[in-house]
Amino acid sequence: MTRSIPEGTDEEVLLHMYTTAVKIRKFETKVYEVFNLNLIPGTMHLYRGEEAVATGVCANLTDDDYITSTHRGHGHCIAKGADLKKMMAELFGRRDGYSKGRGGSMHIADFSIGILGANGVVGAGIPISTGAGLSCKLEARFRGKDRMNACASFFGDGASNQGANFHGSLNLAAIWDLPILFVLENNFYAMGTAIKRMSRLENQAEKAKAYGMPGITVDGNDVIAVYLAAKEAINRAKNGKGPTLLECKTYRHYGHSKFDPATYRPEEEKHDWVENRDPIERFTEQLLDFGIGANQIEDINLEVDTMIEEAVEFAKTSPEPTVEHLFEDLYAGGN
Amino acid sequence: MKVKMMQYREALNEALREEMHRDERIVLLGEDIGRHWNGAFKVTKGLAVEFGEHRVRDTPISENAIIGCGVGLAMTGFRPVCEIMFGDLITLAMDQIVNQAAKMRYMFGGQAKVPIVIRTPWGAGGSYAAHHSSSYEAWFMHVPGLRIAMPSTPADAKGLLKTAIRSDDPVMFFEQKFLYNTKGEVPEGEHLVPFGMADIKREGDDVTIIATAKMVVLALEAAELLARENVDVEVIDPRTLNPLDEQAIIDSVKKTGRLVIVHEASDRGGISGELLKVAMRGAFYYMDAHPITVAGKNCHLAFSPVLEKAHSPSTADIVAAVHQLV
Repeated sequence: MTRSIPEGTDEEVLLHMYTTAVKIRKFETKVYEVFNLNLIPGTMHLYRGEEAVATGVCANLTDDDYITSTHRGHGHCIAKGADLKKMMAELFGRRDGYSKGRGGSMHIADFSIGILGANGVVGAGIPISTGAGLSCKLEARFRGKDRMNACASFFGDGASNQGANFHGSLNLAAIWDLPILFVLENNFYAMGTAIKRMSRLENQAEKAKAYGMPGITVDGNDVIAVYLAAKEAINRAKNGKGPTLLECKTYRHYGHSKFDPATYRPEEEKHDWVENRDPIERFTEQLLDFGIGANQIEDINLEVDTMIEEAVEFAKTSPEPTVEHLFEDLYAGGN
Repeated sequence: MKVKMMQYREALNEALREEMHRDERIVLLGEDIGRHWNGAFKVTKGLAVEFGEHRVRDTPISENAIIGCGVGLAMTGFRPVCEIMFGDLITLAMDQIVNQAAKMRYMFGGQAKVPIVIRTPWGAGGSYAAHHSSSYEAWFMHVPGLRIAMPSTPADAKGLLKTAIRSDDPVMFFEQKFLYNTKGEVPEGEHLVPFGMADIKREGDDVTIIATAKMVVLALEAAELLARENVDVEVIDPRTLNPLDEQAIIDSVKKTGRLVIVHEASDRGGISGELLKVAMRGAFYYMDAHPITVAGKNCHLAFSPVLEKAHSPSTADIVAAVHQLV
């Protein structure tokens, strides 16, 4: 039986979001694979399992809007439109990477499309997002516009306990009515520490009350639910009505970082999230229910497979930096 | 260029005013900097009324959010000037300064530009005690990516602040709070002091004194006293610690062969070590005596006027140091 497409979305948006979610899934799965071949230095924090959050939020943003991201940032960057080749090259530590090989997994940015950077310090992107929000607000004022650009500020449940970053920034955004969507990705674990051990709140979105801003909790594994909730909040923000805290409950499929087997998570819990609540499988079923053809879905998957292979090839053939690049870009006017 | 007499505080205010007229993208952020208080030391006096509260913004007491907001503004095309009310309180914003502002250009492959100025009143005097008197410039000299300015005169205060605001790098701007009331001649209008250019505050042939901020004032007093004994002292103010005018230090030491370094921050791990390294590397064979540092004691600033005074270098301490060398 065919269901109708929910109000507030359309087929084009749904297919765009499906492509995004699949890109993230396949990118992260591939990264996991090539990391095991020792092609990538350092460590990394993979977004697999949380795709619905970045996908649903960023589908509401344009290239003129901003995001700030986290140590688990690949998904946010892909959803905001980052180039997979440059991302992969960065993970490989190569010259053609977004940060010329100086940043790696935790420091990918694309200022040309408003990605103000993944961040290695938990919660540090939140204060920066207030600056981006104020920038949007002042820009609109200088240009005599009522409608402004916005910033989506991604962070995790752990970061919401980081006082100087979370509290100071949400309060500031609220008093100045800044156009920001604070996206709290609650994957229930700050590294190995369960959020229920670190917070008395059932829903972290309740924290919004302290700042006099709306707080909403959604199923973070449902792309459409995230998209619709973010849409309303971003619209509010862009109309000068101030920020919103959107909590998206989700789950990471892998451990915190590359070397974490995540034994602190009960097997049943993990099984339930990974097997029964996978965001891509659910989204695929929803699309089929809406009457979107299986062949269309298959085509997207094949297309993304090719993009991922090309990204790995690009990364492998990109040159490594040389020692002459050590001081490059340290200061604006040279050293 | 026409000059007028003004206080260090007024010179800073004039720099902010002139720059804000020139560029509407300069935005001030800080606690009590607006029309109700005009800044704890009145440096931002009148600016909120003149430029509007959208450009001169009172913030909550959230230092990390103030600097973080400034970093976000800077990365998206604005030129924020953030005030941290006392230098000691910069500790509350260290992540945004050290891990974010300083690293972003480099870490993101040159994509980011972070033209933020962080102004802060600092230094000892007046029994403000241990949480409102410290000098932490050495911490920031240790961090690649940050520029550091420490003006000692009203003219330098204006000229360095204007340059700081126009810099595309993050700048730590240290204002010794007991210089705020000092007066001096300040050029009107477009007066820019370039970064990385030391100023020879007094020329001399016998001994080089390198001093920063308020210690320049004391070093000049010491030089006057020593001149009566026919000791000819040269006083060099680096003005910016990063970039540092290494050549000016080397040239002076080559000429005098004797070096005293004066700063009010605690001696251990202070900038004197770095300045000494420059002098030894560039002028070792010209040294006629071992260099001496005159700096704050290796303890905290105390409330008691007796103890506070005992911590910081005095004019007499500087004279005594020079006596050891000549």
